[in-house]
Amino acid sequence: MSKSVDTVILVAAGLLCAVPAMADTFGLGRPATQAEIVAWDIDVRPDGEGLPEGQGTAVEGEEIYAEQCAACHGDFGEGIDRWPVLVGGVDTLENDRPVKTIGSYWPYASTIWDYVHRAMPFGEAQSLEDDEVYAITAYLLYMNDIIEDDEAVLSHETFGDIVMPNADGFIPDNRATVDEMVGGAPCMKDCTAGPVSVTMRARVLDVTPEDEN
Amino acid sequence: MASPDKTALSRRALLSGAAGSAALATVARADDPAITGMQEWNQYLGDGVDAAPYGVPSEFEADVVRRDVPWLTADPVSSVNFTPLHKLEGIITPNGLCFERHHAGVALIDPAEHRLMINGLVDRPLVFTMEDIKRFPRENKVYFLECAANTGMEWRGAQLNGCQFTHGMVHCVMYTGVPLRYLLEEAGVKTNAKWIMPEGADASAMTRSIPLEKALDDCLVAFAMNGEALRPEQGYPLRIVVPGWEGNMWVKWLRRIEVGDEPWHHREETSKYTDLLEGGKARRFTWEMDVKSVITSPSPQAPITHGKGHTVISGLAWSGRGTIDRVDVSLDGGRNWQTARIDGPSHDKALHRFYHEFDWDGSPLLLQSRAVDSEGWVQPTKDALRAVRGTESIYHNNSIQTWHVRDGGEVENVEVG
Ligand code: HEC
Repeated sequence: MSKSVDTVILVAAGLLCAVPAMADTFGLGRPATQAEIVAWDIDVRPDGEGLPEGQGTAVEGEEIYAEQCAACHGDFGEGIDRWPVLVGGVDTLENDRPVKTIGSYWPYASTIWDYVHRAMPFGEAQSLEDDEVYAITAYLLYMNDIIEDDEAVLSHETFGDIVMPNADGFIPDNRATVDEMVGGAPCMKDCTAGPVSVTMRARVLDVTPEDEN
Repeated sequence: MASPDKTALSRRALLSGAAGSAALATVARADDPAITGMQEWNQYLGDGVDAAPYGVPSEFEADVVRRDVPWLTADPVSSVNFTPLHKLEGIITPNGLCFERHHAGVALIDPAEHRLMINGLVDRPLVFTMEDIKRFPRENKVYFLECAANTGMEWRGAQLNGCQFTHGMVHCVMYTGVPLRYLLEEAGVKTNAKWIMPEGADASAMTRSIPLEKALDDCLVAFAMNGEALRPEQGYPLRIVVPGWEGNMWVKWLRRIEVGDEPWHHREETSKYTDLLEGGKARRFTWEMDVKSVITSPSPQAPITHGKGHTVISGLAWSGRGTIDRVDVSLDGGRNWQTARIDGPSHDKALHRFYHEFDWDGSPLLLQSRAVDSEGWVQPTKDALRAVRGTESIYHNNSIQTWHVRDGGEVENVEVG
């Protein structure tokens, strides 16, 4: 069948049956106003799209951080108790116990701005002014030795200059080609060299919570 | 698919026909007071129909609850609890037992105040009320949702004694929702659009980047689960359903979808939900959940209490790439396998229930299950998975679980070699 015949049949079918999916649109919803979009459209991308005008320095950020962040993340970003660690871990990604932080792991600085602005401080999200977010971002980069000058101005204009140390640390999902877990009839009989025995028990660690319920 | 083990059954039937009946005749059995006695419920009236406008399980099922692991996180409002898989049957998870993972607690949203905005690379940025959304054609689909970190605590070795804790970050319900395609078409997606970004209305304002292709293919914007409105902890009044893909992408309390030409590389797809491999590189955008299975009973929280004799192994299997073709069960730690019986519906990207019935002779067992999906992916052993991923991936641990059944029927989580 030629393509044009296909199209004719499809169009005819669309005219004949009242399947709603065939309609162009349903005429539902209403246009969003510009102010509504501005209120909700807060996301920032690595290319800087979404960054509002504004600026701040690490020195300014240090003060805000001490007041609003250090109680959980620690004065030096080391993380109090089990709150997330924000600083350090450089060159540990190949280690037995890697420490993944902004400095050691995060590929884009825009993610700091976006995340702090949308979700921090924990329990009082979206309470920071744009300039405060620039200042805190500068301070987090400074603590992670990514910017050296604590007086340097971080703004929507200078943001693109920042290169994160682990920017090249990521590869696409290549499970299908690399992991070799597709196909082949799995073994059904005598699949191990000899009888199988226990090599490790969960009870040795015994971290299962006690049941209080 | 194998049928129930007839040989075991008929052998038993023979035994009880000969020696069995003789035993019955000679052993003097005490009468069962559950039969000879009168119970309260045989005599007195129970509650009326006005006692429980919304019913709850029997008080004797009080241990069938979600549980959390307090040492795991700093604060229960950014934490996780686990589905009691060891006590559940079939493929549908009851709404109140679906595991929870929130990043800023449960948002309590008045649906009358809830809006969904679609903006970005669209011809007409639109706002929908819940009423608007319920005027679109809807679909009913059964899907599993698995947290990518399910079984994540077992990468370095057996840690937790209970399949609730090792595998309980999965649930499976029937969603009712609107194909996302309809909403996007309503706004008119621009030709250069390649990605969408759902965003939550809770205090974490969760975001993930999803390829437009997936959004137009099978994503739903769901408002109901198992026939009733979404539970608050599952995103009431609206969540996005991203079949087969990491649970983190199924943004709850959905209030906005932006359409764009590039991914956003937000915190949940850089700092989190990237899989660190040996050598220090990390995979990103590993969306599909790999083929996986686990024996839910017997398991550490569900030991064999009846002694030797006819026994039912019950388990779950699922794959983010399709349906389950087959599940094999081993009683000897993976040396020999038998194909299990899959029972119940086989929905695309949903849980599948499997059984293996056998006569237990009371000796120790090393129970394993191994699933194969419709795309030919085979569930790997722990060693095979570690060989390609190392032990620091956190996410996507779909390896074969071993339960050690001791001669008394007690069960523990072990590794074998
Ligand atoms: C009450 C404790 C608390 C306070 C105060 C707090 N945070 Fe957080 N922070 C958290 C928690 C909890 C998370 C993880 C949230 C989750 O589970 O998604 C987090 C995550 C983060 C992360 C991401 C860490 C990672 O590796 O992914 C950054 C960055 C961050 N916080 C920065 C800040 C900044 C900047 C402030 C101050 C403006 C702040 N936080 C205040 C508790 C806190």
